[in-house]
Formats: sequence, structure tokens, C-alpha cells
Amino acid sequence: MDTKTMNPHLKTTPSKHGAHPVAHAWVLRTLAGVLLTGLGLTAAHADGSRMPAKILPSYTAECAACHTAYPPGMLPARSWQRIMKGLDQHYGSDASLDAKSVTEIGQWLQTHAGTYKRVSEEPPQDRLTRSAWFERKHRQIDKAVWQLPSVKSAANCAACHTGTERGMFDDHNLKRPAGLSASQSRAWND
Amino acid sequence: MRPSQHSSHPSRPSRPPTRLWALAALCAAQTLFMPGAQAADTTPAQQLSHWTAQAGAPAQAERGQALFNQRHGGEWSCASCHGTPPTAQGKHASTGKSIEPLAPAFNAKAFTDTAKTDKWFKRNCKDVLSRECSAQEKADVLAYLTRIKP
Repeated sequence: MDTKTMNPHLKTTPSKHGAHPVAHAWVLRTLAGVLLTGLGLTAAHADGSRMPAKILPSYTAECAACHTAYPPGMLPARSWQRIMKGLDQHYGSDASLDAKSVTEIGQWLQTHAGTYKRVSEEPPQDRLTRSAWFERKHRQIDKAVWQLPSVKSAANCAACHTGTERGMFDDHNLKRPAGLSASQSRAWND
Repeated sequence: MRPSQHSSHPSRPSRPPTRLWALAALCAAQTLFMPGAQAADTTPAQQLSHWTAQAGAPAQAERGQALFNQRHGGEWSCASCHGTPPTAQGKHASTGKSIEPLAPAFNAKAFTDTAKTDKWFKRNCKDVLSRECSAQEKADVLAYLTRIKP
């Protein structure tokens, strides 16, 4: 990645064309998107990250210290609101934070909430793993697979999704967790 | 994706230095403004003496070791996630997320940030003991952890 596209405020060498590097990158991205879509791939493959372009640093530092940095769009705003209000009892663990971080992270989550798969339902216990879209996507996964020591729970996306850190969850970035039986392994075949 | 700007300006001599400066500025900005960065405002030894002073009694590593390894009526002990002895990467007992070694001799960043240390003592004591730890308990655990050598 070009360092200048990462920080447009840095002083740049004047260009003969006068094209702003960010605009340049945007054009290329758009072009790539159009080309890939033309080839029958969806936009999700062209730019598969489910994470917002700018990830709040405190979201990574605080939330991802214990678990996957879940894309905010995978839960509706109301669910995030409840989660941020009850951090001292957070799915069996005390995840309490200072007030400033709670406000900052809470606002960021509200801004980016509920865009994936037209998320609108508030899943039971505000667990994204109980959402209809999640269960549909994972319907071929044997229930026992979630309990494998190499998986631990459905919330451990990275057990199978190798692109988790980058917010990529498509079927092309999958691995088989250790301990799968032959029949359980079949869900990974296609 | 890397835009092919280089090919259109093959003979521009000033580009590499500009890039280096840009990189240096980025690194500097990250060190200054990353909230996740270590504040490094304390040391394990300072933490030990602080909590020992608060407790008003000498810390005992043996007692700290017992507290660390035992369950206290709940599902987890400290060791459930940090391992025992906590000299290697631990694993979050419910999410599986990896945790850096807790013993300072095996992790230079352990107990070097006061806010972080306070935050985790509070949370983890609640998880393990269903209450916050006393100054004596924190001192004991620190005595145990700082005693662990490679």
C-alpha cells in the first residue's frame, strides 16, 4: 500500500498530472471493482473486508484483546447499545472499561452498526452467532465442531476464517480446525 | 493494490527520500497517538512495592502462587487463561484468543502500564474471585510472578 494513500495529510511531491493520490487509488479500486463484477464476482470478493475503512484504535486495543474484532455491521445498533451498557457482565466475563472508552467505542459502533446482510433483527442475547444470517451460513457445520478444543465456540471466527483479522469472511479464506472427523470435514469441501 | 505511479515517473530523484520521510512521520505518529501503545509508566518491581505498601505487610510469593492456581468458587482460576507457570502464551478460556505471557521475565511489556494493570486486575479478579482483589492479594501475586525466572 502506498504510504501516501494512507495519510493524505503528508507532504507529497508535486505531480505533473496534479492527480491526488487518494483520488488515483479510488479510481483504480473502482475500476477493479467494475472489472471483477463483470467477471461474475460479487463486490464482496473485490473488496471483501467487512470492517469499516477506519477502525477505531481503541476498538482493536480493548475489544480485540479478548476476542475477534467483530465487524460492527454484524449486529444492529440496539444490540451494540445493550452490549456497551453491560460490559461488567459481558458473556460471562467482566469487560468493564473506563467511561471515556465506553463512550468512544459505543459511538463508533453506533455509526457502523447493522449493515451486513441487512442486519435488522436483534439476535438472542445480542450474540451475532445467533443471527438468522449466521445460522444459515453455518447450517452445514456439525454442532459438535463448535465444541472442539481448536474452536471453543462459534464466536471464534479465526478457528476457520483465516481472513478474520482483516475482516474477510468469504468461503475462499477457510481452514479446517484440528480434530475434524471425516464427515464433519465435508462441509469444507466446496 | 499498488497504483503504478512509479512507471510514469521513472526519472524522479526526489521520490525515495520523500517516501522515507513519509514512513518516518507515520511511525512517529503511531508511537505518539496509538492508544494501544504501552505507556511504560511503571515496572513490575514498582507495582510490587506499591501494592506491598498499600497492604502494609510483606508480600508472600507462596500465597500468590496458591491464589493464582486455585479456583475460588467460580469456573476459572488465573491459570485457566494464563497457564501455569505463566511463562508461555496463554489462551482465553472461552474465546481461545492468545494472551501474551504474564510472567515479566517472559514478557517485557507485562506490568509496565498502570492503567492497563489496574484494568486487568479489576476485571480478572471479578471473573475469578467474584470480587476485586485486595492490595495484599495483588502484592502476593506480583511477588510470585516476579519470582519466576527463565
